Amino acid sequence: MPPVSRRALLAAAAVVVALLAANGLAAGGTGDAGGEQVSLIQRGAGLFAAGCSQCHGMNGAGKQKPGPVGGVNNTAGIGPSLRGVGALAADFYLRNGYMPLQSPYEQPRRSRVLFSERDLRALTAYVASLAPGPGIPHPDPAQGSVSKGLRLFTDNCAGCHQIATAGGYLPDSVAPPLEQDTPREIAEAVRIGPNLMPKFSKSLLSDRDVDSVIAYVQYARSPDDRGGWSLGHIGPVPEGLVAWFVAGIVLVAVTLTVGRRIA
Amino acid sequence: MIERTTRTLDERSHTAPFGFKALRYIFPDHWSFLLGEIALYCFIVLVATGTYLALFFDPSTAQTVYHGSYAPLNGAHMTEAYRSTVRLSLDVKAGLLIRQTHHWAADVFVAAIALHLMRIVFTGAFRKPRELTYYIGLTILGLALLEGYLGYSLVDDLLSGMGLAIGYGVALSIPLVGANLAALVWGGPFPGDPAFWSRMYIAHVFLLPILIATLIALHLFLVSSLHHTQFRGGRKTEKRLVGVPSFPGQAPRSLGLMFAVFAALFLLGGLVQINPIWIWGPYHVADSTNGAQPDWYLGWLIGALRLMPSFDVVIAGRTLVPNPFWGGALLPTAVFGGLFVWPALERRFTRDRHPHNLLDRPRDAPRRTAFATAVLTFLFIVFVAGSADRAYVLMGWSYATQIDVYRVGVFVVPVVSYWLAHRICVELLRNERVEASRHAAELEAEQAAGGG
Repeated sequence: MPPVSRRALLAAAAVVVALLAANGLAAGGTGDAGGEQVSLIQRGAGLFAAGCSQCHGMNGAGKQKPGPVGGVNNTAGIGPSLRGVGALAADFYLRNGYMPLQSPYEQPRRSRVLFSERDLRALTAYVASLAPGPGIPHPDPAQGSVSKGLRLFTDNCAGCHQIATAGGYLPDSVAPPLEQDTPREIAEAVRIGPNLMPKFSKSLLSDRDVDSVIAYVQYARSPDDRGGWSLGHIGPVPEGLVAWFVAGIVLVAVTLTVGRRIA
Repeated sequence: MIERTTRTLDERSHTAPFGFKALRYIFPDHWSFLLGEIALYCFIVLVATGTYLALFFDPSTAQTVYHGSYAPLNGAHMTEAYRSTVRLSLDVKAGLLIRQTHHWAADVFVAAIALHLMRIVFTGAFRKPRELTYYIGLTILGLALLEGYLGYSLVDDLLSGMGLAIGYGVALSIPLVGANLAALVWGGPFPGDPAFWSRMYIAHVFLLPILIATLIALHLFLVSSLHHTQFRGGRKTEKRLVGVPSFPGQAPRSLGLMFAVFAALFLLGGLVQINPIWIWGPYHVADSTNGAQPDWYLGWLIGALRLMPSFDVVIAGRTLVPNPFWGGALLPTAVFGGLFVWPALERRFTRDRHPHNLLDRPRDAPRRTAFATAVLTFLFIVFVAGSADRAYVLMGWSYATQIDVYRVGVFVVPVVSYWLAHRICVELLRNERVEASRHAAELEAEQAAGGG
C-alpha cells in the first residue's frame, strides 16, 4: 500500500468537513449543548471517514489486515478497532501527533499536530461515541510523591524508558524519551500501552500511583543535579567520550609540549 | 642543596652511587615516551582519592532504609554500600569532587595505558631485551580493567547491579568450570553471598592496588635497568643513548606533566558529572534500566556480546558452550593472549633474535604496523557496536541494521585497514629511498661541478 501523505489526508478531511458544515448550516443548525455535542460528533465522523477509516475501517470497526502484517508481535500493519478505546486513547494518539500515521508499518512517534483544537475535540468525541470507553484522565502530580514515583518508575518503566527518562532501545522500536510528555499523556499511555508498552491496569498502578510516576518523570527533567555538566544522564557512553576527547587530547598535547627538546 | 641531601643520605645509607646514577639517567626526547607517565600519575590520583573514599564507604550489603538529604530516595530500601556512597557524594565535604575525580582518573588511567601500549606495539619496543617489561605492562592493563569493573560494581547502584549480573552470566558461560567458578566467586547464585561484597572490596582497595603498584615498580625498574629505547637518527646507536638527564632535564618535564594530569583530573572531577548514582537509584535483583553501559574500557566486551550471533554449542541436548562465552570470555582471552605471544610470534616470523635498543618507526615494519592497525580497527568496531542502542535512540539509526553493518564491517574493515596501512608504510619508505638517492645524486653533481 503506498503511503498517503498526512497533508493529503487532511485536505480530504477538510473538504468533507466543509461539506458537512454546509449541510449543517442548510439544516438551520442547533443551539443547545446536546446538539452541539451531536454536531461535534458529526464533524468528527467526517474527519474520521476522510483521515482515519483507511486503516481503522468505517465506523472505527478496525481492519485486521489491510496488508501483510509484520513487526514485533505482529502489531505493524493492523488498523485496530477503536470501539471501546474511549476518549482516553483518542486524546492520546491525536494530541501527541502519533496519528495519523503515514504508513501502518511504522512506529507512531511524537510529531507536529496538524489538527485544530476543534478538530481534535471532534475526533475524540466521535471515537468516544463508538462504544462506551474510558474518558480522558485528569492526573494531578502534585498529589503524588517523587520518591514513590522513583520506586514505581524503577520497577515498571526504567527497563524500557531508562532510569532518567532518556528513552531506550527495544526490538524494532524505541521506548521514547519522556522529556515532552504532559501529565495527561503519561496517564493515558499507562492505561493504553501504546506500541510495545504493557497496559497497566488500575489494580497494578492506581491513579494515585500514576500521579507519583508523573511527579518523578517531571522531577527527572531537571533533577537535583550536582557535580557539574550532566552529560544528559545517559551514563558511561558520553563519559568515555569526555575521557578520550577532553582529557586524552589535553594530556597528549601537554606531552607534545613538554616532550620537545628545547635546547 | 641536592648535593647536601645526597651527602646526608649517603652518610647514612651508602646510596650515593644509586642516587648519582639516577640523576644521570638519560631520557630520550620524544613526546610518546611520556604516555606511560600519564598513566603513572593517574594511578597516584587513584590511590589518593580512593583512600579518601574508603574513609566513608561502607562495603556492606546490610539492608537499610534511606532517610537522608536527597529527598527522591527517601524511604527507599537499599544496601549500606549504596547508602554510604550517596552520603559521601552529597553530604561529605568534597566527597563528590573526590569520587568524580577518582572515576575520571580510572577512565583516563586505562586510556593512557592503551595509548602507551599502542606506542610500544607500533614502534617494536616490546622486542628483546624488553619482553618482560612488556608482559608486566600487559598484566597491569588486565588488572586495571578488573579493578575498574570492581569499583563500578561496589557502589550497588542500578548500573552496578546490572554490570554484576552480566559478569555473573559470563562467568557461568565458561565451559565445564563456569558454574563452579561463579559459585566460588559469588558464594552462591546471583546476587551472591554478602561475603561477595567483602571479596570485591578487599580486591578493589587492597589486593589489586598493591599488585598494580608492585608491578608498576617492577616495570619502572626494568625500564631503567635496561635503559630507554630511542628512535634512530643523529648520534643515536644501539649502544649510545641520546637525550636529557633526569636532572636537570627530565625532572621538571615530568613534574610539569604530573601537575597537568592532576589538574585535568580534578578539573573534570569538579566540572563534569560522572556516574550520578543518586539519579540511577539502588539496585534490586528484578530492576533494570534501558541503555545501561559499562565504563568505556569494558565497552568492547559489551559490543562483542551484542555482535556475536545467537548460537550455543549443544552436544547431546546439553549446552556445552553458552553464547555469552564468545564475546564475554573468549574475546578478552584471545586479545590478551595474542598480545602476550606477539613478541614470540614476531621473533619466529622475522627470525630476528637480536636485542633492539633502537625503535622502529611504524613505517619501518610495514607488516607489523599493518597487522596492529587491523587488530585495532577490529577492536574499535566491536567497541562502537557496544553503544549501538544509544546511537539508535539518539540518532534514529536502526539497531538491527547497525548490528548487521558491524557484523560485516568487523571482518571487512580490518582487512582494508591492513592493506591501507601496509601500503602507506611501503610508499613512505619508497619515497625516502627516492629522496635519499636524489640527494646523493645532487651532492655528486655538486662535487663534480666544483671539481671540474
